[in-house]
Amino acid sequence: MIQTALAIGGVGLSAWAVATFPRSVLVFLLFQASLVFVYLARIPRWLRAGLLALALLVLMPLLGHFNGYYLEVATQVGIFVALALGLNIVVGLAGLLDLGYVAFFAVGAYSWAIFGSPHANLIFGGGFPLAAGWFYLFLLVGLLIGAGTGILLGLPVLRLRGDYLAIVTLGFGEVIRVLANNLDKPINITNGPKGITPIARPPVPFEVPYAEAFYFLVLLIAATVVLVNRWLEDSHIGRAWEAIREDELAAQAMGVPLVRTKLLAFACGASFAGIMGVVFAAKQVFISPESFTFLESIGVLAMVILGGMGSIPGAIVGATVVTVLNLQVLKGFSLWLNELKNAGVVVLGYNLADLPTQLEPAKYERMIFGAILVLMMIFRPQGIFPVRRRARELGER
Amino acid sequence: MSALFEARGITKRFGGLTALHGVDFSLDAGIASIIGPNGAGKTTLFNIFTGLYGADEGAVTFRGHALLGLRPDRITALGICRTFQNIRLFANMTAFENVLVGMHARVSLGLLDVLVRGPRFRHTEGVLHARASALLERVGLLRQANEVARNLPYGDQRRLEIARALASEPSLLLLDEPTAGMTGGEAGSLMGLLRALVADLGLAVILIEHNMRVVMEVSDRVTVLDHGERIAEGSPQEVQADTRVIEAYLGTRHSGGLRRRRAER
Repeated sequence: MIQTALAIGGVGLSAWAVATFPRSVLVFLLFQASLVFVYLARIPRWLRAGLLALALLVLMPLLGHFNGYYLEVATQVGIFVALALGLNIVVGLAGLLDLGYVAFFAVGAYSWAIFGSPHANLIFGGGFPLAAGWFYLFLLVGLLIGAGTGILLGLPVLRLRGDYLAIVTLGFGEVIRVLANNLDKPINITNGPKGITPIARPPVPFEVPYAEAFYFLVLLIAATVVLVNRWLEDSHIGRAWEAIREDELAAQAMGVPLVRTKLLAFACGASFAGIMGVVFAAKQVFISPESFTFLESIGVLAMVILGGMGSIPGAIVGATVVTVLNLQVLKGFSLWLNELKNAGVVVLGYNLADLPTQLEPAKYERMIFGAILVLMMIFRPQGIFPVRRRARELGER
Repeated sequence: MSALFEARGITKRFGGLTALHGVDFSLDAGIASIIGPNGAGKTTLFNIFTGLYGADEGAVTFRGHALLGLRPDRITALGICRTFQNIRLFANMTAFENVLVGMHARVSLGLLDVLVRGPRFRHTEGVLHARASALLERVGLLRQANEVARNLPYGDQRRLEIARALASEPSLLLLDEPTAGMTGGEAGSLMGLLRALVADLGLAVILIEHNMRVVMEVSDRVTVLDHGERIAEGSPQEVQADTRVIEAYLGTRHSGGLRRRRAER
C-alpha cells in the first residue's frame, strides 16, 4: 500500500519537479530514479505497467517541451538500450566477447545514409535520394544487413574463444571503421572522413515534431527489442546460448549445435544494432566514421557489464546510466565547475579562476567515468541488476 | 543381425602416445562396464564414441549409422548421451534449466516459432517442462529444481548430470564414473536407479567405473582396458578370474606397481 502510494507519488512529483525546474539535472535524475522504483516496488503488475507506460508515453514527451534536451537524452538512451540488449545476447547470454559491436551499428547507419541522401548518385548515377518513405523499409534492410554482417563475422571466428575472439572482433570493428574512412575512392561509397549528409528523415504522421517522432520511434523499437529478448531468453534458443556460455563442450554433447547456435547469437545481436543504425542515421542527418569508433563499442560493453551480464533489466539500466552519465551528469558537472571558475569563486583561499587550463573539468569526464567503472567492478562485479534465476512453477505452465 | 552399438579396431594417438590400440567393443542391451587402471584409455574411448575426439583408425556404428566423423550434437540426436568424469553441468543455470538444455536435440521449434510464440511454441514448452519435472523426480531432485546447479551437493550434481543426459531421450547412455566421490550407500541407490532405468526404458548403458563392487554387481558384460588395449572381455565372473586382469590391477613382480603408475602419467 505504502509502496503503491510512493510509486505513484514519486513519478508524479518528480515529473512536476522537472516541469518546474527544467534546467536542473538532479531533478531529471530523480524522475529516472522514480521509474526504477516503480519497476522494483511491490505493486500490482497492471499498475507498474501503467505507470511506466504513462511515464514513457506521456510524461517524457511533455517534459521535452520544458527542456528539449531531455527528449534528446531519452532518445539516445533508447538507442543505446537496443544496442546494449543486442550485445547482451552475444556477450551476456552466449558468452562470446565482442569488442567490435559498433560495426553492425555502422553498417546499418551507412545503409540508409547512402541511399537516403544524394550521395548514392555518385555511385549509381541519378535518382537519389530515395523518397523519405523508404526509411521504413530500410529499418528492415538495416536489420537484415546487420544480421548478415553478424553471420559474416561469426563464420571465421567460430572456433575462437575468449581473448582470441575478443581480439578478432576488435579488429573487425576497426576494419569497418577504416573502410568507412577510406571507401571514398576509387568509387565513392562512404565519402570517407567527410561523412554523408543530408540524410533524409522519415515522413511523420500528424505533423508530430521530429524530436518527439524520433523519441516514439526509438521507444517502439527499443520496446520490441526488449520483448524479443525476453522471448528468446525464455526459449530453447536462449537456454542453448547460456549453455554454451557455461560449458561449450558439455552443451555440444547435450545436442546443442555449436555453429548454428553461435551464428544465431551473432545475427540476433547484430540485427538490433543494424536497425538502430538506420534510425541513428536519419536522426543525426549527418554521419561520419567518427561516430563508430572503438570507444563506442567499449561504451556499449560497459553498459552491459555495468548493468549485469545476461540480464535484460540490467542492460536497460546500464544503457541509461552510462548515457545519462556521459550526456548529462558529467557534462553538467563540467559546466558547473566552469561557471565557478568563470565567476572567480574562491575556495580555501584559492581563486578557481587561476586554475591552469590543463585542469579544466571538461577534460575529466572520461576519467570520472573510468573511476566509476573501476569502483563498480570492485564493489559490485555482478552489475546493478544481476540475473535473477526464474523460479519455475513445476509440472504445469 | 548386428549389435545396437559396435566399435571395431579403435586406435587413437596423441602425438607419439597411442592412447587406444585397436580396441573392439560391442553392446546389444543391458549394462556393459569398462574398467581398467588410470590412463588405460577409458574416457578417451567415450570421447570417441560421443564425437568429441576423432579416431585414427577403426569404425563405430550405432543402429547402422557410422558415428565417426559426426558432430557430437548429431550423435546425441541419434540417441547416445553421456555424463562426464569431472562433472560438467551448466553451473549458473538451475537444475531445471540444465535438464531443459538436455532436451535441445528433441526440440523441433525454429526461430520463427519463438518469435511468434504461437500455440505450437506454448504446447512444446509445456511438454518440455512436464518432462523435465518428471525426469528430476525420477532422479530425486524435484525439490531442488530451482536450485542453481553450482550450489547442489556433489551427489546431487552427479544425479543431475544423469537426468540431463536422459533428457535427450537416448537409447544408449554413457556414464563416466558416476559414483566417484559417493558414499557406499549413495552409490548403491544410484545403481538401483540405473537398473530401474534399464528395465523401464530399455536403455543400454556403458559404464566406466572404479568401484569394483558396483561393477561386478550391476554389469552384464565387463571390458577391461590396460594401456589402450583390450585385455579381457566377458561376464563379471570371467573377468575377475582372468590372470591378465589381475596382473594389470595388481602388477607383477617384474613390472612393479610403482613403476607402472609412474609410466601412466
